[in-house]
Amino acid sequence: MATTSVMGGAVKRREDPALIKGYGSFVDDMTPTRVAHVAFLRSPIARAKITKLDTSAAKETEGVVAVYTHDDVSHLGPLLAQVPIGKLRPLLADGEVNHVGEAIAMVVAENRYAAQDAVDAIDVDYDVMTPVIDLKKAKSDEIKVHDELESNVLHTWTYHGYWDALGLEDQTAEVDAAMERDDAVVVSLEMTNQRLIPVAIEPRSVIADWNPGYGSFTIHSSTQVPHALGGAVSKMFGLKSTDVRVIAPEVGGGFGCKLNVYNDEILVAFASQALGRPVKWTETRREAAGATIHGRGWIGTATLVGTKDGEFLGYKLEAIADMGAYTQNFTVAIPLLGLWIASGQYKMPVSWTVDCVVTNTMTTDAYRGAGRPEAIYYLERVIDAYAREIGMDPLDVRVKNFWQPDEFPATMGCGFALDSGDYEGAVEKLKAEAGYEDLLQKREEARAEGRHVGIGIGSYVEVCGFGPAVLAEIGFSWANYGLPASFNGSGIVRVNPDATVTVVIGTGPTGQGHQTTWAQIVGDGLGIPVEDIKVLHGDTREHPMGIGTFGSRSLSVDGAATFEATKKVREKAARIAAHILEASADDIVFEDGGAHVAGSPDKRAEWAQIAKAAYQAHTSPEDLDSGLEAHTTFSPGNATWPFGTHLALVEVDSDTGDVKILDYYAVDDCGNVVSPMIVNGQVHGGIAQGIGQALFEDAVYDEAGNMLTGSLLDYPLPTAADLPSLHLSHTVTPTDVNPMGVKGIGEAGTIGSAHTIVNAVVDALSPLGVKHIDMPLRPKRVWAAIQEASN
Amino acid sequence: MYPREFDYVAPSSLDEALEALGDDSKVMAGGMSLLPLMKMRLFSPAVVVDIGRIGGLDTIEESNGDIVIGALVRHATTATSPLVAQVATGLATAASLTGDVQVRNRGTTCGSLAHADVAADQPAAALALGATMVAQSSEGTREIAASDFFVDALTSALQPNEILTSIRVPKHQAGEGSAYDKLGRRGGRSDYAIAGAAAWVKMEGGSVADARVALTGVGTKASLANAVADAVIGTDGSEQAVKDAAARATEDVTIIEDLYGTEEYKTHLAKVYAARALSQAIANAS
Repeated sequence: MATTSVMGGAVKRREDPALIKGYGSFVDDMTPTRVAHVAFLRSPIARAKITKLDTSAAKETEGVVAVYTHDDVSHLGPLLAQVPIGKLRPLLADGEVNHVGEAIAMVVAENRYAAQDAVDAIDVDYDVMTPVIDLKKAKSDEIKVHDELESNVLHTWTYHGYWDALGLEDQTAEVDAAMERDDAVVVSLEMTNQRLIPVAIEPRSVIADWNPGYGSFTIHSSTQVPHALGGAVSKMFGLKSTDVRVIAPEVGGGFGCKLNVYNDEILVAFASQALGRPVKWTETRREAAGATIHGRGWIGTATLVGTKDGEFLGYKLEAIADMGAYTQNFTVAIPLLGLWIASGQYKMPVSWTVDCVVTNTMTTDAYRGAGRPEAIYYLERVIDAYAREIGMDPLDVRVKNFWQPDEFPATMGCGFALDSGDYEGAVEKLKAEAGYEDLLQKREEARAEGRHVGIGIGSYVEVCGFGPAVLAEIGFSWANYGLPASFNGSGIVRVNPDATVTVVIGTGPTGQGHQTTWAQIVGDGLGIPVEDIKVLHGDTREHPMGIGTFGSRSLSVDGAATFEATKKVREKAARIAAHILEASADDIVFEDGGAHVAGSPDKRAEWAQIAKAAYQAHTSPEDLDSGLEAHTTFSPGNATWPFGTHLALVEVDSDTGDVKILDYYAVDDCGNVVSPMIVNGQVHGGIAQGIGQALFEDAVYDEAGNMLTGSLLDYPLPTAADLPSLHLSHTVTPTDVNPMGVKGIGEAGTIGSAHTIVNAVVDALSPLGVKHIDMPLRPKRVWAAIQEASN
Repeated sequence: MYPREFDYVAPSSLDEALEALGDDSKVMAGGMSLLPLMKMRLFSPAVVVDIGRIGGLDTIEESNGDIVIGALVRHATTATSPLVAQVATGLATAASLTGDVQVRNRGTTCGSLAHADVAADQPAAALALGATMVAQSSEGTREIAASDFFVDALTSALQPNEILTSIRVPKHQAGEGSAYDKLGRRGGRSDYAIAGAAAWVKMEGGSVADARVALTGVGTKASLANAVADAVIGTDGSEQAVKDAAARATEDVTIIEDLYGTEEYKTHLAKVYAARALSQAIANAS
């Protein structure tokens, strides 16, 4: 067996040489012959009736091919959502606009400059209306965003009531009763988990090419979900799935924002069909900021009740989540992902209520973590405040309330069962890695010198690996685009006649390195070197069914399917080898690039021989079909539940409010690890985005609904220079949910880090009396909190 | 992010460049500030005159007690020049804290001054160090004191037919020192200044004989904080003396709020950074 292919080996990412040298092929790199370019007119007003929309001058602009408005495309109907609660986004504005950035008209022109000139030439009059931006005002229904909806509150998620079929018990009375106990310590914090812009390095981009001769589409799109896009196009244009080929080539980051199918993709396809030529659109950075989904956007109050000696008696969250103006893919369902981990790593009753409200802003949906960073943030911030209130070490208070290793699978009040865990194990590892006792000492020394140094602890459990079939029943699938109602994983493993391997998977990377991880899985199973394994993804023609990459699901669901397919191929190969070697298949052992009979290393068939034999009927067993291939699907019985605990050491300059991260330690447990370098890379990026939320990022709409952060000038992102060196380590608690015992690591860093930083800063300033600061902890807020506490 | 149509001229001599300038033209050196504005269609000149191919503008030279920094000297060069670090310290520091590596490799010291962004690093340094701007037009050469150069947000004293061909900065003499410091939008010194200050001092016999302090990021333009300089001159430059003087930092400036700071906070920061820059300049002078 080639050493480079062993699962758990630190294989370098195979995709990097091409990407680093600039040979990656992204959608915007492609320019088909006769391609026309699209630019959209987008609303500069948050809420208005459109009283005039005159495109005649635009149509006369040099280089313009066509200008389309709502009436031209309304026959296609709105693009459906998977969880269709709320108002669907019209393809183009239907007489009104409901947020800044809403598409009103589409211009198609010979080049993108001409397209933009024509957009500027469209004459629009708006009858401006008062927008609804503030979440509390939205909830009050004082002004309704959409007349046709009963209320701005689209849905209210409750811990016990999210799915009637489960018949869960309402634990609110239990939590309330705990608060009345004589020995109860009740700590509440009102907090904001601010709205964020996902900011993928590669903006969204799509090229649709309608072939009138064959009546078929080829669509290249920078998407996380090519099959979903294919399904949506098939459905809306009345085509067979075989007549819609969607290709997601290299995708330069997604973080959930490319998990939606977007109107823009449908409109570009429409234009291509209408004009009979390829049509291309690449969003501008401003569109990426204001017309691609946002994440987070919650306000709420978290309350923890416990005893004076640190025993948790209950947790309550009352929050409002911002859905934006229109419902897209999973919009209203995002808080539900947080609900499932509302109790974190702790055994306690929970009362959890999140109102989903519509506002005159861009739609929110899945952004790295999707509901889970919000849920964990509220819980872990208030735990920290409680620990401080009772004067207990924040690690000790957590450990005291963890689920214990012998309690797994641990069924929570939300009905789901945590699969496996050793939460205290991760804490012990963290203490050792960080030198916790020394850090506490250092903090005291620094404080004695008048410095504001703080230690922040943040634990998390997350839910990923979507998913179990039950999720389809509450809308988590692409069923509304005509795809099967499941989140199955799938994988095809094919050994070619020259003993190379083609692996086709139903999930595609947006930077995660599937080319490497999948080659390790298959290479390990077959004893074929990673270099001889080609991993194909992101092309609906290659694979009949794929769910996509999101929710940290690829490895534990599609990876597991590929693992099973590999096993089937090996079993068949063993029968062929047995035939060649005139032995029993049960005695065949694969080793060193070939097979031999157990105990007789000389009786050996190389892979090249086995592979060739598989495709020659006369050299393979009579009762075997020709070829050496397996296609397997995998449907997990449960989600997976990774966990970990992080620690940040920070120092605050009390003169300026400037926060400096001095050190950062993370212990994450994602079960078995296939590719350690990729796992650490995921944790690195995840923590960077968590730190981004904690310190820098904030998508801001003013009271009039203007977007104040429409470019990267006003939306600061963390860069390498802003981040400390991260000390990453892992514990390994396998899951039995899938055959590889793997969980998922794509979102863990993000879910574990934002509250860790805030806890650290509050710890640093707690001697001054600071109890909470809302993110982002920009210097102005930190300084203002210091002023307020000292006055 | 697609600009409106414009004419692009890339002359190889200064004379040709000056000739190409008109009422609706814009000079481009590194393009780090101009191009984003054009791409967002916030600014659409009819003609862009790219001076990048004109020889002889990319040098740092010494001349009559000054150092002369040409129009095409990149931030990276200003930041890493041992000469600038020694004799115009604050300007070198400002260059080193501008943007990121890519921006510093493209953007120019003179270009940043001509752009006159309210939160840029170079203007405060130029003011504190007493730089002189050398502007050329087809009619001749004009020298403009830094204190007269910054007119308003994104507005300098340059006329549409002028190119800022160089700046002259008096070299620090014995007993003189300068410094620049800021709080960036991403914390630390990263990104545009929420507030920043540059200071220049001349120390004689253990006391401050002369000083200039300038602020950036807090108002509608970079500006001298003369009250601070007046207050520190004649003192021993001690921590307390600097702090007392810096308390007057905002007497000469109208504070503008933005996403990164309230008026109260920026007023406070102006004092903090005036003090930090002054203290560092005094330390550098000895």
